[in-house]
Formats: sequence, structure tokens, C-alpha cells
Amino acid sequence: MAITADEVKHVAGLAKLAFTDQQLQKFTGQMDEIIKMVQQLSEVDTTDVPVTTHVTDAKNVMRADVAEKGTDRELLMKNVPDSQDGYIKVPAIIDESGEA
Amino acid sequence: MDYFKQDLTSLHELLVKKEISVTELVKETFATIKQRDQKLAAFLTLNEQTALEQAALLDQNGVDPENILAGIPLAIKDNIVTKDLRTTAASKILENFQPIYNATVMDKLAVKQVITVGKTNLDEFAMGGSTENSAFKITKNAWDQTKVPGGSSGGSAAAVASGEVIGALGSDTGGSIRQPAAFNGIVGVKPTYGRVSRFGLIAFASSMDQIGPLTRTVKDNALILNAISGVDPHDATSSTQSVPDFAAGLDGDIKGMRIAVPKEYLGKGIAADVREAIQNAINTFEKLGASVAEVSLPHSKYGVPVYYIIASSEASSNLQRFDGIRYGYRAQDVKNLEDVYVKSRSKAFGDEVKRRIMLGTFSLSAGTYDAFFKKAAQVRTLICRDFAKVYRDYDLILGPTAPTTAFGIGEDIDDPVTMYMNDILTIPVNLAGLPGMSLPAGFSNGLPVGLQLIANQFDEQTLYRAGYAFEQATDFHKQVPAIGGQN
Repeated sequence: MAITADEVKHVAGLAKLAFTDQQLQKFTGQMDEIIKMVQQLSEVDTTDVPVTTHVTDAKNVMRADVAEKGTDRELLMKNVPDSQDGYIKVPAIIDESGEA
Repeated sequence: MDYFKQDLTSLHELLVKKEISVTELVKETFATIKQRDQKLAAFLTLNEQTALEQAALLDQNGVDPENILAGIPLAIKDNIVTKDLRTTAASKILENFQPIYNATVMDKLAVKQVITVGKTNLDEFAMGGSTENSAFKITKNAWDQTKVPGGSSGGSAAAVASGEVIGALGSDTGGSIRQPAAFNGIVGVKPTYGRVSRFGLIAFASSMDQIGPLTRTVKDNALILNAISGVDPHDATSSTQSVPDFAAGLDGDIKGMRIAVPKEYLGKGIAADVREAIQNAINTFEKLGASVAEVSLPHSKYGVPVYYIIASSEASSNLQRFDGIRYGYRAQDVKNLEDVYVKSRSKAFGDEVKRRIMLGTFSLSAGTYDAFFKKAAQVRTLICRDFAKVYRDYDLILGPTAPTTAFGIGEDIDDPVTMYMNDILTIPVNLAGLPGMSLPAGFSNGLPVGLQLIANQFDEQTLYRAGYAFEQATDFHKQVPAIGGQN
């Protein structure tokens, strides 16, 4: 299975990344190599083998539902790039330039 | 302070007897760092002012004779968050990030009155094996400044190996403590998954990430792991298993220990000089009274593809939080909210991070999930079973840490697959959540060779006992690199 530039572009969209055409070319080649490498897994028989997604023996970890003081609001805002009146400021969701 | 002439025990004694004050120790440590780091570039941020204030306070109150870590300056990998001390994960996206809380390990070290001297360089978000993926600087190997220090904890490893500090914390997701420890000729331990809290470790692959110590001696390593281990309400995957004293019972006696050497770990792809050093190590263990036998880990060869699918999938999910909204870099030339996400991430993530996010997103997306993520998670089970089978009959697994000694700076950076194959001996340990150690086992062309020991889950004691016995029987750990100012 070879991956195409269009597929890489689609995945980039899902991952909220954008590439220039030149980058896209480089990434498509490298992704293709990596995908070829990981595809050797198809030779392993995994019939009836369960998945392992974690390696701890812990099940659900419970704690008492006790209210605790949260983090100070001003402190939480310390690393916010842009704020106003104690709120995080972001651009409009709809394009501000007016172009559709 | 010449850290090559000290271990934690002797240094503690000097402090308790006031042969040196904490302030003097801290000042001398910064002087050494500033001089050697011109060649090494191990540190991203120094914590000089706060460190000196803490030292003055300790001198005023006296060094607790019962607390071996009191007043000891340590270095911290820059993906472990430190309150009010810049933490970047070596990424442009966190270039000016000032954490508002401490990682649990930092709180634990603070209780022990450890002094943080600074934050060390790494591959961006701990993704890499050479520290060349840092957005800020290229750290050099302590033994040869044309070679990589390994990674991703390359800054921590180089700082310890060059005598800038006596110990450091790193993190290990696929070998990121053990491989740089091997490349720099020091001791690095990745504890059992769950042994150390991950709270405040900037998440890369949450089912494998672990914090652990890098030191020049086995005992020093055990003493630091003692301080950072234990269950933490902030990390639900931290273990409730009791924490033994890892430094106890280090007496060099390993008679009757059953050691397994996987034949896959000495097969093709392992450089001849590395194989020879490991063979010598096997002979040493036999002389010490251990029994050594060959075993097979038949699925270990699939470790690299399994790891790159699972780690990248987890990373693609974990790194969604970097969106330019609440912290970190935000792109300015934006027309709408979507632009903030896409442009901030595209500008501020480096290429390796983007590759992993892409591979992870691809592996998890509809149409490829079964063939990629699910398949990898199934083969992971087979890798875990291989190990479990060996530990029914053996106490310890032994092999090299890396297939070669440190490679040249710039050599492999544009070839991701070759770079990934470098981790083939360390990755299976993370996939199975086992504890692993790398320690010095020889030199080839002036570069250190690392010996890897792997124990069963929560059996770090066996790692330390075996590592200590080997260290006492050899003198590789006593060698000093030229940058250390001697030899």
C-alpha cells in the first residue's frame, strides 16, 4: 500500500496541520517509508489475540467525591496568549475577512 | 566540585561535616556547567538565582544528616514541569511556557531538599533518539563532541556524564533514558510503568511514558528512584505497590541469579564491537555466580512497528491540546479560529513531531484503524507474553542497550526509519511496562557501550542488585571523558 499526497493532505487536515507543496512531497515520501515499515505486522497471526492498550493491573481507580478548591483563576490565565476582562480572547469562528 | 570523585554518599558526608557548604557546592556546580556547556549544550534553562536562595536557606538551617539528598544539585529534563521555571519540551510551541504547578516528582524532590540547577535539552516532546530534534540547540556527546548524546534525554545524560551534575531526571517512552545513558557511559533506569507518577510529565505516549534517574553509579540511581517513586492521587496509573528501598541489599552477591539472553538481542544488526562488550559482560556475570542461558523473544522484532503505531497514536491524541488558545505559541496572521489551530501548530511543531502526529492520526482514522492501531495493540500482547514466559524461569534479561555506539551528529536525521530501528532493543521493555537499566559495559573507539538489564514488573531490586554487582566487578564507570578535565 502506497500513500498518496492527497491522502497525506487529508490526514494533515484531521490533525490540524498544513503543509506547503514542497513539505507535502517530502512528508509523503517519508510517510510511505514508515508505513511500509509498520506493515510487516500483517505477517503476524493475531487471530483471537486480545489487544493491549495499557500494562497496569489497575482497574477503575476511585476516590471520595469531596469538593476541593480549584486552581486560582488568575494563575490559570498566566500563559494565555491573548485575554480581555479575565477571558481568553480568540478570533471569530467565522472568517473575519468577509470572504466565504 | 569534582563530581567524578564523589557519589551521593560521600557528597552528603562532606555537606553534613560542613567541609563544603550547600552554597559553595551550588556555586561550583554552576561554574562547571557554564564552562562545560559551551561545548556540550546540555542545558536549556538555568535556575541559578532560586538555586542559590535555596542553598542559603539550607546552610542556615543545617543539612539533615538523615536525608542523603539534602542540598544536592540535580538537573531535570525539560519535559517535566517545574513551577515558575520555564518548561519548553524543547518545542517552539512552549518556548515561553511558565508552569503554574510542579510535577509530582518535583514536589517529591523538593521535600528531599534537592536543588534544581536547570532544565536539560531533549528531542522535541521526547520524540527522537539523538536530541537533534530539539527546537533550540544540538547537545553533544560527553565523550566525543562530534557524536550525538542519544535521546531523547540527551541533555540529562550529557550533563551527568560530563560531571556537570551528579544526577538528573529523564523520561523514557521507547528508550529515552537507557539509550542516552548507554551513549554517554552512565547508569540510566526506566522504572516499571506505574512506579513513578507521570503527573506533570508532558504527555507523549501515556501507556509507556515513565520518569527515571540518570547517574554515574548504580547506588546513586537507586537513591534517587527511592525519592521519586510511589502512588499519586494525581496519576490514576501510578501503582499502589509498596516501594522497597532500592539501595538496600546492594552487596555484590548475585550467586544463583538466573539470567536470560534473548538470541534476538545479539543477532544481526548488532555491531560487532557492541556484541563483544556484551559477551564480556556475560562472562563477568557467570564469574559472579549467575547462570546465563539463551532464550528467545520471537516477537521482539516487531517491537519497532508496534511502538511507532501505538506511541504515535497516543501522541496525536495527547498533542491535540497544543492549539494556541490557552498557552503556548499562537500564530498572528489569522482570519478565524481554525486558522489559529492550524497555523500555530504548523509553525511551532518541528518535523519529527509532525511526522508522529500524522502517523498517529492515520493509524487511528476510519479505514485504517483495524489494520494499524488494533493490529499493533494485538502484537503488543504477543510481545508481553514473550517476556512473561521468560520470567517464569529467569530473574533477569540481559542484552545490549543500543545496536551501535553513539552515531555522528547529522548522520541519520533525514532518515526516520533508520533512526527508529535504533530503538529496537529498548522499545519492547516499554511496550510490556517492564523496568530496564543501562549501565557502562565497555568502550569502542573511545565511545561507551551500554549493557541493558531488564527485570520483571516491579522488580527493580533485581536490576539494582545485578547492576551493582557488575559495576563492582568492572571499572568502566570510573572512566572520565576528556571534557571532565582529567585523563
